[in-house]
Formats: sequence, structure tokens, C-alpha cells
Amino acid sequence: MNDLIALLVKNGFVVALLVTGIIVYVSSVLSDRLFGKKVPGSAIAIFMGLVFAYAAGSITGGAHGVADVAGLSGFAILGGAMFRDFTIVATAMGAHFSEIRKSGLAGVISLFLGVVLAFISGAVIAVSMGYTDAKSITTIGAGACTFIVGPVTGGAVGASSEVIAISIAAGVFKSILATIGTPLVARSIGLNNPQTAMIYGGMIGTTSGVAAGLAATDPKLVPYGAITATFYTGLGCLLCPSVLYFVVRLFFA
Amino acid sequence: MLVYGVAVLAGCFIAGQLIGDLLGRLLNIDGNVGGVGFAMVLLILIKGWMHKRQWFTSEMESGVNFWNKMYIPVIVAMSSIQNVKSAFSSGSVAIVAGIVPTVICFLAIPLISKISRQKENVPHE
Repeated sequence: MNDLIALLVKNGFVVALLVTGIIVYVSSVLSDRLFGKKVPGSAIAIFMGLVFAYAAGSITGGAHGVADVAGLSGFAILGGAMFRDFTIVATAMGAHFSEIRKSGLAGVISLFLGVVLAFISGAVIAVSMGYTDAKSITTIGAGACTFIVGPVTGGAVGASSEVIAISIAAGVFKSILATIGTPLVARSIGLNNPQTAMIYGGMIGTTSGVAAGLAATDPKLVPYGAITATFYTGLGCLLCPSVLYFVVRLFFA
Repeated sequence: MLVYGVAVLAGCFIAGQLIGDLLGRLLNIDGNVGGVGFAMVLLILIKGWMHKRQWFTSEMESGVNFWNKMYIPVIVAMSSIQNVKSAFSSGSVAIVAGIVPTVICFLAIPLISKISRQKENVPHE
């Protein structure tokens, strides 16, 4: 047993490829047999990933989902930021530059709107749930943008570590909801063309959620959503601890 | 050669990350601003430019397409390493502050795409 685990650890990346392949296969079988292809296999696979991450976190107590399970550490490489961004860039092969240029302005507007709207609604929730200091309100509002904007903002304004942890969790919830929710609401929000995908990327912004949500909806739309979402976290890190923090301070001490 | 296509992809990726890092530094943010987006635009432009000169062979294309198709498996692996457990145990503020703003943003999407489509139609009239 120990020898087997040592072997798996030594070849972690290859093990991750194998296990991911099995997850994707099982999901496509489930999609065919159980849901009559009405739920895409990729959506089931991504959801299964989240469930495994929850289970692994409960068992190991670690912060990195299944990557904390002995023998599955290779998932940290395969699912890490490097491969995520590399494969997202590769999806640009299927994108048309004319579409991106056509919707460029709408994408930029949706970026600003997306950050400000998420921040304000997050801040209002923080206030309504009993927070009265500008630092905490700003940090939780920033957490409603992405799980990176939250801690970066919290660090910049000097929020407590408890509030920073809440902002990270809020951002993770956003990412989970975007992952699960996007394929469910895609039809009713008209998410079936490159232009709306670019607006969606700017409005939701959390890279992992946008990437996973579009993958589960229609892989052809991935490059368009990803291209705007990639600017979201940077814009949030720029606006939240500066302009938006300043606005919050006008109302709260 | 298949690897030439992958190398073009890798070159665009690194160049994009570099631009994103520089932009982050210019804006005084400790991070990368739009690196992936710049890399994507670079890849689209360079691919088009090489295509015109017939330098971008179909074999090179299949090298990039392999990574294009690996996208969903990578996303599956990514979702399985998220800190889902701690998100669920962080209490109600985190849950509400994560979910309500996202729903509001979702609802705003059709509105914005409607407005931008109207604007787009104006010059044609």
C-alpha cells in the first residue's frame, strides 16, 4: 500500500491526468444515461470536481481539495493557474478577432459595471449583516468581486484576518455559483453568442467561475468570456482599495 | 512539426504574462492585469499573420488544438482543488455576500447586451 502511494506521489501529474480522464468519462456516461444529454457532461464533471474537493477538504482538513489527498497531489499542477491560463489562451484558436473588436467597448463597460455592482451589493450585505467599519465593509464588498480581490483589498486597507477569510469564502462561493449556475441560466440571459459572452466575462469576472461556467455551457464561447474576465481581478484590485474604499469612508468611519 | 505550434502558443503566453505584469506594475498593483487576454490577442494576430504566409501548417495547428481541447479536463482538475469545504464553513455572511451580488450581476447581463446592441445598430440606420 505504501509502495503504491509512493509510486502515485512520484508520478503525480500523470496520475492527475488518469483520474481526470476517468471523471470526464464517468460524467459523459452519466450525461447520456441519466440525463438524456440534457445536462452537458462537462458540467457534471466540473460539479463532481467540486464535490470531491468538498469531501477531500472535510477528510484532510487541507485548503487545496483533492490535491491534499496522498497520491493525488498532481492535481495541484494540472488544475493550477499555469495550466488553466495556458489552455484558456489555446482556446483563442477558435475565436475571431473581428468579434472581439466588435464587442470591445461593451466588454470594457461591463468590466467596470461588474466590479462596481458586485462591490456595492457586497458592501450593502456587509452593512445589513452588522458590519459598521469601512475596512470590513470594503473588504467584504471586494470579496464579492473575486477571491483574489478580497484579500488583496483587505491587506491594503488593513482589515482583520477574520474579515479577510470571509471575503475569500465569498469569492469562492461566487466562483462555485458561476460554475453551477451559468449553464442553468444561459438560455434566459441570452448567453449564446460571442458578444454576450464577452459581457458575461466582464460582469462575473471570477476567472475560474467564468471559465468553468462557459465550458459547461458552450465551449465555443470560452475565449470570448475569458478575454474580458482576465482584466476583472486586476481592475478590482485597482478600484476596491482606492476609489471604492474612499466612497465607503464617506458613509462609515 | 507539432511542437512549433505549441512553441508559438507558449511564446504568446509568456509575452502576454509579461505585458500583464508590466501593466500591473504601472498601475501599482501587486499582480498581473489581463495577461491571459493579451496572450489571446497575440495568438490570434500571429496565427493570422503566419497563416497568410502559409507558415502555420496544419500540424502546428493540431499542436495548439491539443491544448485547446485539454481545457475542460484542466477546468475539472481546477474545480477539484478549490477550498469548497472552508467556503461552506465560513458562515452566512460569506454565503450571502458571495451569492447575492453574483445573482445581481447575472440579471444585469441581458440589460447590458440589449443596450450595447441598440448602440451598435445606430450607425447602420
